[in-house]
Amino acid sequence: MQQEVTLVAIILIMLLADLVVKESSAKLLQRLACVLMVVQIAVNVVPAEAVAFDGMYNSTRMASIVKTVLSLGTLLVFLQTGAWLRREDTAFKSGEFFVLTLSTLLGMFFMVSAGHFLLFYIGLELASIPMACLVAFDKYRHHSAEAGVKYILNAMFSSGIMLYGISMVYGTCGTLYFGDVMSAMTGTPLQILAMVFFFAGLGFKISLVPFHMWTPDTYQGAPTSVSAYLSVISKGAAAFALMSILVKVFGIMVQDWTLLLGIIIVLTITVGNLFAILQKDLKRFMAYSSISQAGYIMLAVMAGSGQGMASLVYYVIIYIVANLAVFGVISTVEQHSGGKVSRDDYNGFYKTNPRLSFVMTLALFSLAGIPPFAGFFSKFFVFASAFNTGFVTGNTGYWVVVFLALVNTIISLYYYLLIVKAIYITPNDNPIPTFKSGLMERTSLSLCLVGVVLIGLCSWVYQSLVDNAWPF
Amino acid sequence: MEFKYTILILLLPLLSFLLLGLAGMKMRHRLAGSIGTISLGVVALLSYVTAYNYFTLDRTAEGVFPTVQPWNFEWLPFTESLHIDMGIMLDPISVMMLVVISTVSLMVHIYSFGYMKGERGFQRYYAFLSLFTFSMLGLVVATNIFQMYVFWELVGVSSYLLIGFYYTKPEAIAASKKAFIVTRFADLGFLIGILLYGYYMGTFTFTPVETNLMGAGMILPWALGLMFVGGAGKSAMFPLHIWLPDAMEGPTPVSALIHAATMVVAGVYLVARMFPLFIAYAPDTLHIVAYVGAFTAFYAASVACVQSDIKRVLAFSTISQIGFMMVALGVCTSADPHDGGLGYMASMFHLFTHAMFKALLFLGAGCIIHAVHSNEMSAMGGLRKYMPITHITFLIACLAIAGIPPFSGFFSKDEILTACFQFSPAMGWIMTVIAGMTAFYMFRLYYGIFWGTENKQLHAEHTPHESPLTMTFPLMVLAAITIFGGFIPFGEFVSSNGHAYTIHLKASVAVTSVVVAVVAIALATWMYARDRQPVADMLARRFPRLHRAAYKRFYMDEIWMFVTKKIIFRCISAPVAWFDRHVVDQFLNFMAWSTNAAGEELQPIQSGKIQSYVVWFFGGAIVLTILLLLLL
Repeated sequence: MQQEVTLVAIILIMLLADLVVKESSAKLLQRLACVLMVVQIAVNVVPAEAVAFDGMYNSTRMASIVKTVLSLGTLLVFLQTGAWLRREDTAFKSGEFFVLTLSTLLGMFFMVSAGHFLLFYIGLELASIPMACLVAFDKYRHHSAEAGVKYILNAMFSSGIMLYGISMVYGTCGTLYFGDVMSAMTGTPLQILAMVFFFAGLGFKISLVPFHMWTPDTYQGAPTSVSAYLSVISKGAAAFALMSILVKVFGIMVQDWTLLLGIIIVLTITVGNLFAILQKDLKRFMAYSSISQAGYIMLAVMAGSGQGMASLVYYVIIYIVANLAVFGVISTVEQHSGGKVSRDDYNGFYKTNPRLSFVMTLALFSLAGIPPFAGFFSKFFVFASAFNTGFVTGNTGYWVVVFLALVNTIISLYYYLLIVKAIYITPNDNPIPTFKSGLMERTSLSLCLVGVVLIGLCSWVYQSLVDNAWPF
Repeated sequence: MEFKYTILILLLPLLSFLLLGLAGMKMRHRLAGSIGTISLGVVALLSYVTAYNYFTLDRTAEGVFPTVQPWNFEWLPFTESLHIDMGIMLDPISVMMLVVISTVSLMVHIYSFGYMKGERGFQRYYAFLSLFTFSMLGLVVATNIFQMYVFWELVGVSSYLLIGFYYTKPEAIAASKKAFIVTRFADLGFLIGILLYGYYMGTFTFTPVETNLMGAGMILPWALGLMFVGGAGKSAMFPLHIWLPDAMEGPTPVSALIHAATMVVAGVYLVARMFPLFIAYAPDTLHIVAYVGAFTAFYAASVACVQSDIKRVLAFSTISQIGFMMVALGVCTSADPHDGGLGYMASMFHLFTHAMFKALLFLGAGCIIHAVHSNEMSAMGGLRKYMPITHITFLIACLAIAGIPPFSGFFSKDEILTACFQFSPAMGWIMTVIAGMTAFYMFRLYYGIFWGTENKQLHAEHTPHESPLTMTFPLMVLAAITIFGGFIPFGEFVSSNGHAYTIHLKASVAVTSVVVAVVAIALATWMYARDRQPVADMLARRFPRLHRAAYKRFYMDEIWMFVTKKIIFRCISAPVAWFDRHVVDQFLNFMAWSTNAAGEELQPIQSGKIQSYVVWFFGGAIVLTILLLLLL
């Protein structure tokens, strides 16, 4: 419970600070938020178990690790927001940004440590509704307002479907406690329908095909930092929740959701890749890239084992640093160049901004899964976990899915390298001029870079996740 | 725990490499050189301290020095017993190697101050030297065969970088590539050997469990043999020796450090490291090592007799001397130094003395090249007047390698010959003859450089002069070690079973070898010490084919080129390339095209209309449910 309590305290502090601090001092609020997040991480760094509200809240050690990881990712996002929030049409409401973001984070905390569908649902909504405000934060610019509307409508619809699924669970089992539902489940067709509906609700958050349609429009229209937050934090929390609930609650239908996941993984990775190839706008491109990455995360869910859980969290950690590095570069470039986010704008970027180019390149390599960068190891471990489960259960379907996912990595390599090519090779007479990004941005990017280079090489990271993986 | 400080021996050169590599270009030459040299000085000091502390430890109950592992951390675990570790292991031979490497490396660092003065890329040079030293030290202290392999490759990379140091010279580029490719090719054998070893022994450490050793059967000799292939590549054993003569394109101090004293003996070290397994489970493989070594020694010695480039002579002499070390290991028939295991100690002893006097020879050659700006013997002659210190130290090294007492080479070579005679008289006599050839070609070289006719024409433009103190000081230090090194009671520290072994000379072998060496030197004096050399010219004229073949190194490079270019390239690579270009590439192009086309076709689905999104969402959920119900 400690993590939620401290987070609530931070939200309250931020609310008060927003009242006290002068309107123009967005910088001060950003610093305060970053410092508070550091405190949040430092205080809760030791994983702990907790049960509250008669088991409605049930946090395992793994959930506690995930919450710390999410906090860390949020901190990295906060560090990158500086230039954007200091802009005159956002400076006066920058306090809201932090409060709203932290509220969604609190919602995710409840999602990952729920022991009861009701608490889970409340967490989910707490994570969704403020998110719509965040997406529409730049409401007079670009398509931010449109993106916000699309997001909230889709979110409502998916919540509705999910609630419908949960009501069927309640109708057939007579309880909403995870543990009780687990023992009351028999795997009737109605329960299978309930499971798919529940799955669809979370599939929306993780942007799995065919529940992904909102993603590109929203990512493109939303402020870049919000897209970044959506793509990593929201996705990571939902993926963890999905895996733990599928195993803990719908465990009896393991064959059903394995097949479901198999179909969805192949669809998600392929469709994400096919669309990503054609994108010219980097934010839209990153939306499709994140759809395809979500498919890889689902491989770990499909494994359904302790190893799978460790690989999932490991993948999320590395995905956070690599994706935030890319988004960080996109966001700083956008702020310093007057809104340039097209791939063609990056032609010849290397000549003028070699350091940012370097960060971007390594991060893209990591996303593509090129050794020795961290992304290679994370992909390796999710593949290995799914492969292993196939080996243990003797179900060759796992291997087919792993093989198709492997083939898809080649396509993803192609489109990630398109950006690298634009940066280094394609000539350009007037590339984006040289600029110096702020200290916070540089800190965030350096942290991401260190993560991309080192996490894969430090074997203890994965090892410690494996040690804590069970129970989840 | 004692010896914790040994980690500094590895860390200091690494830090120095990182510092010089990242920030070196912003430093002055003098500062960059000082950083490298001082860190190496500390490393050398630590190595001496380690050696002192280690060899003053109490022997264990079995009478051997304990094997100490001050650092070892598990890096990549595969199973309970099979994991790759990184650490430091101290035992008699690794401690001995620490002393050798750090001493020679320090001398080369100091020497390079003078030799590389004003060169472009001076800082880069010192960065690479540090990298090399780090890798080599990591190799010898490896706690397991895989760590050894990792550093083995690092050594190969730094050697590649240093051979190609003058990267604007096409010969240097070609030589660096050749060295890298040939040794990599050999390392393939090493890697397969390691994998076999790991699979059947269930561990990468040097001491597998007894049951696995017994159970492996014929696999272990094969694994060890494949490891020896890697060692043969690095140590330039015939027919993988072709890279070493070309590697002389690198700066001369580099040749002294890497291609004479340290890296090229890594193969010997590898065999010595695996010696307990060789002797107990694969004695026949060990004897193959001996035959390969003997043939290489003979081959290289005969080529060395006719080369005209002084560094090439030294390179072939190195190959030949490494052959001696391999032979010494290979002729062992038991682990008891009193009964057929003498060769192990002899090999390590020769490795030690050879490192010192061969580094001395190379550094001397560097001084000479520095003075006359040429590698060719025709540009030399009569240099003894101009370069007294170089002359004297070079002579000392020549006497040592020829095996004249009381210089260090005499003692170690004598032990090798004794071991060979114990193995079989034929082997003993063959090696004695090769030892004679060694004395002959070394003194041919010596007289060609320092005696004979002066190249007056060349000297008129530019009088040769003695090198500065930074260059002559290392010569003097190494000369001192060469003079006194033979009196080290080496057998007390290193022997095949770890027990103290008192070196004693066998009179018959000692007298024979000294007589042979003296005769060979006399012959060389008679043929080459005068202003004109009628005998040598006459021999070259009388046997033109033989002379030419030897000068061309018996066409080994041409044979390799024939095999690779004519046979492998034409019969295997060309068809594969055709297949790749026309079938594989076209298939992939088709895949890429269809992927793109599919993307284009799917595009309209993403219409931007929420209604259609919701339809997909809900329709998707329903279809998936129906699928699940139907399929399961």
